[in-house]
Amino acid sequence: MPPAGAISDLEQLKGHPAVGRLLAWNAASVAGVKFDRDEMTIYVDRPYIREACAILRDDPSCAFNFLSDVTCVDWFPAEPRFEVVYHLLSISKKERVRLKVKLDGVSPVVESVTSVWPGANYFEREVFDLFGIRFSGHPYLVRLLMPEDWEGYPLRKDYPVEGYR
Amino acid sequence: MAHLTPTPVLDPAQDRTMILNMGPQHPSTHGVLRVLLEIDGETVVRIMPDIGFLHTGIEKTCEAKFYQQVVPLTDRIDYLCPMTNNLCYALAVEKLLGLQIPPKAQWMRVLMNELTRINSHLVWLGTHALDIGAMTVFLYCFREREEVLRLFEAVSGQRMMTSYFRIGGIALEPPLDFFDRVRHFAGYFPDKVDEYENLLTGNPIWMMRTKGVARMTSEDAIALGASGPTLRGSGVDFDLRRDMPYSGYENFKFKVPVMQDGDVFTRYMCRVAELRESIAIVKQALEGMPEGPIKADAPGVVLPDREKMKTQMEALIYHFKIITEGFAVPEGEVYQAVESPRGEMGYYVVSDGTAKPYRVHMRAACLANLQTLPKMCEGGLIADVVAAIGSIDIVLGEIDR
Repeated sequence: MPPAGAISDLEQLKGHPAVGRLLAWNAASVAGVKFDRDEMTIYVDRPYIREACAILRDDPSCAFNFLSDVTCVDWFPAEPRFEVVYHLLSISKKERVRLKVKLDGVSPVVESVTSVWPGANYFEREVFDLFGIRFSGHPYLVRLLMPEDWEGYPLRKDYPVEGYR
Repeated sequence: MAHLTPTPVLDPAQDRTMILNMGPQHPSTHGVLRVLLEIDGETVVRIMPDIGFLHTGIEKTCEAKFYQQVVPLTDRIDYLCPMTNNLCYALAVEKLLGLQIPPKAQWMRVLMNELTRINSHLVWLGTHALDIGAMTVFLYCFREREEVLRLFEAVSGQRMMTSYFRIGGIALEPPLDFFDRVRHFAGYFPDKVDEYENLLTGNPIWMMRTKGVARMTSEDAIALGASGPTLRGSGVDFDLRRDMPYSGYENFKFKVPVMQDGDVFTRYMCRVAELRESIAIVKQALEGMPEGPIKADAPGVVLPDREKMKTQMEALIYHFKIITEGFAVPEGEVYQAVESPRGEMGYYVVSDGTAKPYRVHMRAACLANLQTLPKMCEGGLIADVVAAIGSIDIVLGEIDR
């Protein structure tokens, strides 16, 4: 069974509660959508991510009350280079949605969502540690896994697998 | 993070508090968790977990391997539930490929997955009881765990790093006497759970050490990203096996134990009840085990049978191609979550259309669960920190990856 093609047309996906809610709040916040392999992805414009998370958490028709995961993908050498990926889960509706924020490679900064979910703390620290993304407003943004005097960000694509010798 | 300086982060607000360093070689921290405690007498004022001592960069390593070569790496993330990790990764890649898995492979996966849960919970129960001072339970648990490990060895040839689930199915047919052995185990195991409960559940010392200790409300549990028994012990009724079924779990009937108090005791009770439910699932899987192939019909992805390789040229070519070049996976990304013994284990796999994954990220249940530790312990006693760490069932291999 070949995977069905991805849908990335905003008009077609307006019916999804999360997309509809974000468009109703601020149409500028949604930079794009994608529905692929039964998974919904919403590209959120960088300045709006924290508020978008808060809205999706509190709105009763979405109720994405659980932050499963925060991670990042490095698309080096393309620009904007980084995609910070948030996986949200609605415990009551048993649904998932993926939010993405694109960041440039020169100074990747995005607002922290720790004020929405305190559980984002370690996830964001891990992304900071391994990708060098800074989360503004994070209560304690230091390296999580690597030694504190480590140089470089190991999960970036321009960092060699064997490390620097 | 592995701080070089011992106490740069905790600043005693007043002279009467002191900083206590616990771990990373402390036996009750289950591996190499280091915890910084700011204490006022016996009371914990602040607690700060320090992790990263086992960081091996598995996510980076995955990017340099073919898709099928990642399977053995997933074993090593959480060494107490290798098959859960195998399953999660295999499901994610199968979703990317759009592969259909034959029913027998699905049921075998469920069967092995529940045995893995029993294995993991037995280690947890033994060490958790040992931390709190009940030595006997540890020996009893490892007695039964040994049998589970023998079952693993029978199907996969390995006791711990099984790599039994492969992309597109499972590696080998189980041996002829395997189902009888599982049936025998499933027959006597519930009595053994009674034995553990006789030692612990009604035991006044156990109750004093666990009831009302390290409490956490359901709101805090959700906000901090806790999952699995840590979440259900706080009264949130959510289990991915039942609520977002994968790998054929919708065909099985089982209860999801939920308890309200959110203390060490309820988390203990949830896991013990899960042991019984897992055996119920194992029995259902044995009864309804379908016949048929154990691998998907996808010649370019699934390694051909040895016998076919000796007689058919195509099989030999496919084998050679898969081993030397891997197989291309269509562009895209998936997030696949399964209910591991510790909670929501998630694999986020990104493909750029080549034979190597562009990015593999593991959502470790323990990493999120560990964040609940300050909520549980601050204001409590030092001795209760040990009980709290045991009750969230951490595996540092998974936390540090």
